[in-house]
Amino acid sequence: MKQSAKGTGIWSVLAIPIMLWTAVPLLWMLSLSLKSADMLADPDASVLGNFWPKDPTLENYKLIFSGGASDLFMPALRNSLIVCLLATLISVVLAMFCAYAISRLEFKGKKMILVTALAVSFFPVVAMVTPLFEIWSKTGLFDTIPGLVIPYLALTLPLSIWTMSAFFQQIPWEMEQAAQVDGASSWQAFRKVIIPLAAPGVFTTAIITFFIAWNDFVFAISLTSDRARTVPAALAFFTGASQFEQPTGAIMAAAVVVTIPVVILVLVFQRRIVAGLTSGAVKG
Amino acid sequence: MSASTPTQERAKGAKARLSDRSRSEQRLGWKLAMPAFVVMVLVTGYPILQAVWNSFFAYRLTDPDNRHFVGLNNYLVSLTDQVFWSAMWMTILVTVITVVVELVLGFIIALTMHRIVMPRRTLRTLVLIPYSIITVVSGFTWLYAFSTGTGFVNQWIQWMPGIDASYNWFGGFWSSLFVISLSEIWKTTPFMSLLLLAGLAQVDTSMEEAAKVDGASWLQTLIKVILPSMKAAVMVALLFRTLDAFRIFDNIFIMTGGANDTSSLSMLIYRQTIDRTEIGLGSALSVILFLCVLVIAAVFVKAFKVDLAEGRG
Repeated sequence: MKQSAKGTGIWSVLAIPIMLWTAVPLLWMLSLSLKSADMLADPDASVLGNFWPKDPTLENYKLIFSGGASDLFMPALRNSLIVCLLATLISVVLAMFCAYAISRLEFKGKKMILVTALAVSFFPVVAMVTPLFEIWSKTGLFDTIPGLVIPYLALTLPLSIWTMSAFFQQIPWEMEQAAQVDGASSWQAFRKVIIPLAAPGVFTTAIITFFIAWNDFVFAISLTSDRARTVPAALAFFTGASQFEQPTGAIMAAAVVVTIPVVILVLVFQRRIVAGLTSGAVKG
Repeated sequence: MSASTPTQERAKGAKARLSDRSRSEQRLGWKLAMPAFVVMVLVTGYPILQAVWNSFFAYRLTDPDNRHFVGLNNYLVSLTDQVFWSAMWMTILVTVITVVVELVLGFIIALTMHRIVMPRRTLRTLVLIPYSIITVVSGFTWLYAFSTGTGFVNQWIQWMPGIDASYNWFGGFWSSLFVISLSEIWKTTPFMSLLLLAGLAQVDTSMEEAAKVDGASWLQTLIKVILPSMKAAVMVALLFRTLDAFRIFDNIFIMTGGANDTSSLSMLIYRQTIDRTEIGLGSALSVILFLCVLVIAAVFVKAFKVDLAEGRG
């Protein structure tokens, strides 16, 4: 008993630097977004060694939502949401069929599909950009929503298939047959028994898929110019009101705005995300 | 692959004569798996074939009529260019630095998350947050933190006696590399930690107890019992992170834009293709990067098979 109590103490102490290491950059993001252009240039306007603003202001948030930067940020936010939701939806549906077949049915080529998924996930994304850029320029897919959704499928399908297969393999499929013996039709058995068991896995996969698409930068800057530009690309090409004005505050305000929903998702579904990220990879 | 007894029996039966049931199962299986398979092959397979094809041509997108076959010339031009080797050097350095630091740091964090009792949930949640942040955002955050004037890092360093507080972190190769690596490490260590944590959960606790009873020290238990049984998890984590780090792009694009020789291979491909529309040269570089990734994957997969065989024996 004594020994375990002592061990606990050591690990709790070790948790402090880990938490600081994680939290300081997050607080710094928030701090920058609350600094006006004048405060940014003046260390005396901040406390804790230029870390936190003495007089926090919401100026930057006004700028991106209704001010000069809103023309750039709002369409990008809309594009990001549409592209990522569409890619997630299509990817999860296709991966669901595929994972069901892999974990439930016996057929030749099963292994080939899993190996293909692995090979695709190893593929360097930038190597795809050159040919896609060329084809997209010729076919008019350049700078359109589908022009981003299609490459995002390649980005997200492998992980979706692996993760969902791992989840589906844990489902006791015999229960479906047991329900059928008890007089349920096969569709009823599937709907009442399997779907509720599979839903958490599907949902988790959807969250992880969305993260991946939301994070993409390479496709976003290569395959769009302004109409279909998503948030990460818009942030990178964001310039200030004048050539000499650094848009630091506005960029960080936009960064905070796109980070908060994701952080909330992580807070709410923490356990499931961890299960999803690790089940596919470690057992695979 | 999980080979259950009914499956094996069915396989035996199939050899004699495919029953109607298994034949329809075969068809259904393919029908369901087909769409995902086709999308993966079309969206990635076609571009790589196209890239290989284009790599043999002198071809600029802005001058499509002037397209002509040049054989291996694009490869020759790329491989003899000093810029290519500096990008290769940068890519290898970033990969080795980030993966090694992430492995050590990730393991410490994973052990802490595994053993800790008190702020367990808070720690797990907090650790997951950097991983869910957009790389571009974390890139900007670290860029501004180290910037002269706006940043806090130089101010904090100044608190230590005798150190210059206006150090220009983005003025040279090594300090730029340091900040780029730091941002990459901050963002992806959680991924490493989670995979290692899953590995730790699979370690047989009775073995640990037995080692303790036999008088093994904590460090001995770690090296002799815990680490060997985590081998698979460590390999998977290393493979995914190495391949990922080798394709580094976002952080460099945001922080230095490739200044001071900090361009990675991916950055170089982007510059050739998108900025300069040199499709031929960019394609040759893409094929080279693809081959590098294949070699890294092959080395790991080979190490994997050995591991799997040992595990079964």
